[in-house]
Amino acid sequence: MSETSTTGGPSTRDRPRLPRGVRTRFDDTRGTWMLLAPERTLKLDAVGAAILAEVDGEKDVDQVIDALAIQFKAPRDQIARDVMAFLGALGDRRMLEMDPPADDPPGERVAEGTGVGP
Amino acid sequence: MNAVVPGMERKDKGARSLPLGLTAELTYRCPLACPYCSNPADLAQRTGEMTTEEWISVIDQAADMGILHFHFTGGEPATRRDLPELVAAARGRDLYTNLITSGVGLTRERVKGLADAGLDHLQLSVQGVDAASADAVGGYKGGFERKMAVAGWVTEEGLPLTVNAVMHRHNLDRLEETITLALSLGARRMEVATVQFHGWAERNRDALMPTRAQVDAATATVRAARERLKGRLVIDYVPGDYYATVPKACMGGWGLKTLTITPEGLALPCHAAQSLPHLSFQSVREVPLRDIWLEGPAFQAYRGQEWMREPCTTCAHRERDFGGCRCQALALAGDAAEADPACSRSPHHGAMVALAGAASTSGVTEWRYRPAVGKS
Ligand code: SF4
Ligand code: SF4
Repeated sequence: MSETSTTGGPSTRDRPRLPRGVRTRFDDTRGTWMLLAPERTLKLDAVGAAILAEVDGEKDVDQVIDALAIQFKAPRDQIARDVMAFLGALGDRRMLEMDPPADDPPGERVAEGTGVGP
Repeated sequence: MNAVVPGMERKDKGARSLPLGLTAELTYRCPLACPYCSNPADLAQRTGEMTTEEWISVIDQAADMGILHFHFTGGEPATRRDLPELVAAARGRDLYTNLITSGVGLTRERVKGLADAGLDHLQLSVQGVDAASADAVGGYKGGFERKMAVAGWVTEEGLPLTVNAVMHRHNLDRLEETITLALSLGARRMEVATVQFHGWAERNRDALMPTRAQVDAATATVRAARERLKGRLVIDYVPGDYYATVPKACMGGWGLKTLTITPEGLALPCHAAQSLPHLSFQSVREVPLRDIWLEGPAFQAYRGQEWMREPCTTCAHRERDFGGCRCQALALAGDAAEADPACSRSPHHGAMVALAGAASTSGVTEWRYRPAVGKS
């Protein structure tokens, strides 16, 4: 099962991760999760915090969506939309990197962002 | 405290109006001599930098009061040998640590040491796109070459790099090349900051003031580059406001989000606040940081809206731009509580635009360097 980003972005088999210099922390003073990045502070709502809790550099996007669909007992396609929108927005701000699938032999991928599923 | 703090209405009153970021000016020492430096004009008389222990106390107090971003700057912060120790202390309190540096004074070992200490992000200033033009601005031969090397060491360590470029009349025409340079250095983010006339820049206004055409072209260049480079390079842009019609939001609100600590420990609502001579500033050597922030007279002076006058008092934009820059109001409208003359509703707006236009066509090409202050 695989989703393709509508923007022609990365494949859902790519594995998202927060690059160095982008990290989450709980802000005790304000009682909320924050995403910290160069000169940026993003307040995370429950959905954002839950998504980033699954983003570990190992799981691919499909697995992140699966985990959240179970956790929130919500329809998978609805979760998928939220996840793709959120990760896409972080990517545009250079707050997220996408690593190719672990089983992809190096050099095999035709081009970045063709969105070709298995 | 009864200040109305727009945009920060929270159920938890305790969290209300506590700052998100702190800028630590560790030192005024710097090997460079940029003519637009925002450090105070009476540099030479400044002595008595805070010790490592004093800065660590600031770091602890900042973390305790909910600050998230801790920016190390100067002068050149790398002239402090205890920089890695301070970075480690801040990171130990889970603060996001940012180093704002000219790069001069950094070596590969020192960059590695900072990365190992937990530095989150490094922001490197560039003065131009080649050695000749850049070193003429920085007043330091070899500076450009060193910066290029530093960028390499930073990306080698995997640290995120921001390239910061202060733009003025003599380099604005090369903005496109400056963006290309940032990309080639591996920057994930870039700051394009049109020169602001505080500190040393005010003395060099005639030499640095961009023309209206340059400012317009820069805005268009940034807009196009942002679109083209989406997902590759984030560009933050501080447009020149001398030809604008609405002012910039000062600090995102005076005493609302951030503060600056000077090398001697004075807490300022804005890095240029010392140009407001009627304000008195408290020192973190004498007063707890939280008390200064919540009750300090300088922080209360322009917090909220009670200090405002017409046309700001009745203006719908007052929660968006907070009446603009207090320093600019004092310098050009004669009173810091006036509307920023960058605003077209200010009675001083016409005079400001005329002044900018005259300065930009003054033909002055020589500037006065800020003295490069060496070891103290
Ligand atoms: S009148 Fe005051 S509040 Fe309104 S836009 Fe101008 S500076 Fe801002
Ligand atoms: S008063 Fe002016 S110089 Fe100071 S932070 Fe506000 S806008 Fe900047």
